[in-house]
Amino acid sequence: MSLSREELEAKLLDYVGREIGPPEQGPYPVNETMIRQWCEALGDENPVYTDASAAASSVHGGLVAPPTMMQTWSLRGVEMADPDAGRQNLQTELHSLLGDAGYPAVVATNCEQGYTRYLRPGDEIFVSTTIEAISEQKATALGIGYFINTREVYRDQQGDEVGWQTFRVLKFARAEQPGAATPDGAADEESSTPTRLRPPMAHDNKWWWDGIAEGRLLVQKCAGCGELRHPPRPMCQHCRSLEWQGIEASGEGEVYSYVVMHYPKFPGYEYPFTCALVELAEGTRMVANVVGCDPSKVHIGMKVRASIENVDDEFKLPFFRPID
Amino acid sequence: MSNPTLALAQLEVGDALPELPIEITTTLVIGGALASRDFTPVHHDKGQAQAAGMQDVFMNILTTNGLVGRYVTDWAGPDSVMKGVSIKLGTPNLPGDTMKMSGQVSAIDEKEGTVTVEIAGSNSWGDHVTGSVTVALPGSS
Repeated sequence: MSLSREELEAKLLDYVGREIGPPEQGPYPVNETMIRQWCEALGDENPVYTDASAAASSVHGGLVAPPTMMQTWSLRGVEMADPDAGRQNLQTELHSLLGDAGYPAVVATNCEQGYTRYLRPGDEIFVSTTIEAISEQKATALGIGYFINTREVYRDQQGDEVGWQTFRVLKFARAEQPGAATPDGAADEESSTPTRLRPPMAHDNKWWWDGIAEGRLLVQKCAGCGELRHPPRPMCQHCRSLEWQGIEASGEGEVYSYVVMHYPKFPGYEYPFTCALVELAEGTRMVANVVGCDPSKVHIGMKVRASIENVDDEFKLPFFRPID
Repeated sequence: MSNPTLALAQLEVGDALPELPIEITTTLVIGGALASRDFTPVHHDKGQAQAAGMQDVFMNILTTNGLVGRYVTDWAGPDSVMKGVSIKLGTPNLPGDTMKMSGQVSAIDEKEGTVTVEIAGSNSWGDHVTGSVTVALPGSS
């Protein structure tokens, strides 16, 4: 993981909108044998794919290939099982870049296809693939990573478009605790386990997080009218003053409302956990986790006290613990 | 075997497709992967699938797409013409499980002569696939 997140994301941008290489011709023309084998394996008995006389009297006027078979005509077969024989192109380069940056796992999440016309035995297929989009970093039930969208356009021997396919994959670091979408035993990859996503910090709120890093729970107080506000923002909603100061809160408060989170399971959290809106003794409210107490014991009006704790080696968050 | 082809005029939004249970066998997973020319090892080699964190070989996307297409054209009939498929993938299809296909008509476009069907294929983990398929049908019987 030699790249910083910023460096990685800058490099990712370079791939967006580019074709991964020249169009590739499918290794075999569309043919009856492969169509029959597909229909046999999948149990598809539609006669337009395999029964020449029924197909001749159908809307197609002759045998056609199942449209969902489109990508089959472009795949490389046995070559795909050999990691060293794979072709190098911008797509494989992009996957390697993300793999080396700590996001080795991949899963397909969406697939869309459109068919301009049905393919017929004898058609030759040419595919152009473009990297359409790469998402910002996302936390998913499987882990933290990046979604990659590609678009493939399929053309025939005349150069006419016969169909297209878009594909969305997640390239990710597997979460320690697999979500519902992953069977047991899925977490034996050695990739580093992500902790919680960092909050966005900028001019308007960094001072508050700096307070947390020093172990101080701060609240913003308007210098115009004296009202408290949280989370930090530039203007007072009461008097519109832009002047303010940070005061240190006592940390005493009570649960104003709460939810217990069970699902979806994001990496960096232990489930279930309690997410509460705590009314501070000073009068403003703050969202934080209530810890040190079974979620079933949390209740509205419960007296709690702030405790600033590390969530990993570098990062602190305010939590609230019950006052016995 | 296919039904006679449906006519657009006989359909209404909300019509349900007959449910279809599909047994996920090792033969279907591997046969589907190889028939679709997808030799990615996790779809035919159990050891490689386990090395990737799965219990067993699991169904590839082309087979899922193919089964979705089969489900809709079995219902719509041999003279239906598929225009597009859009799927979202969820839980994996592993041997020993059963995927139950269900669907219902979500839109009818009389001008285009098409019907769109929302489909779902669920197994013991949850939804393996959800999405929609659009097919063109003859306008009247």
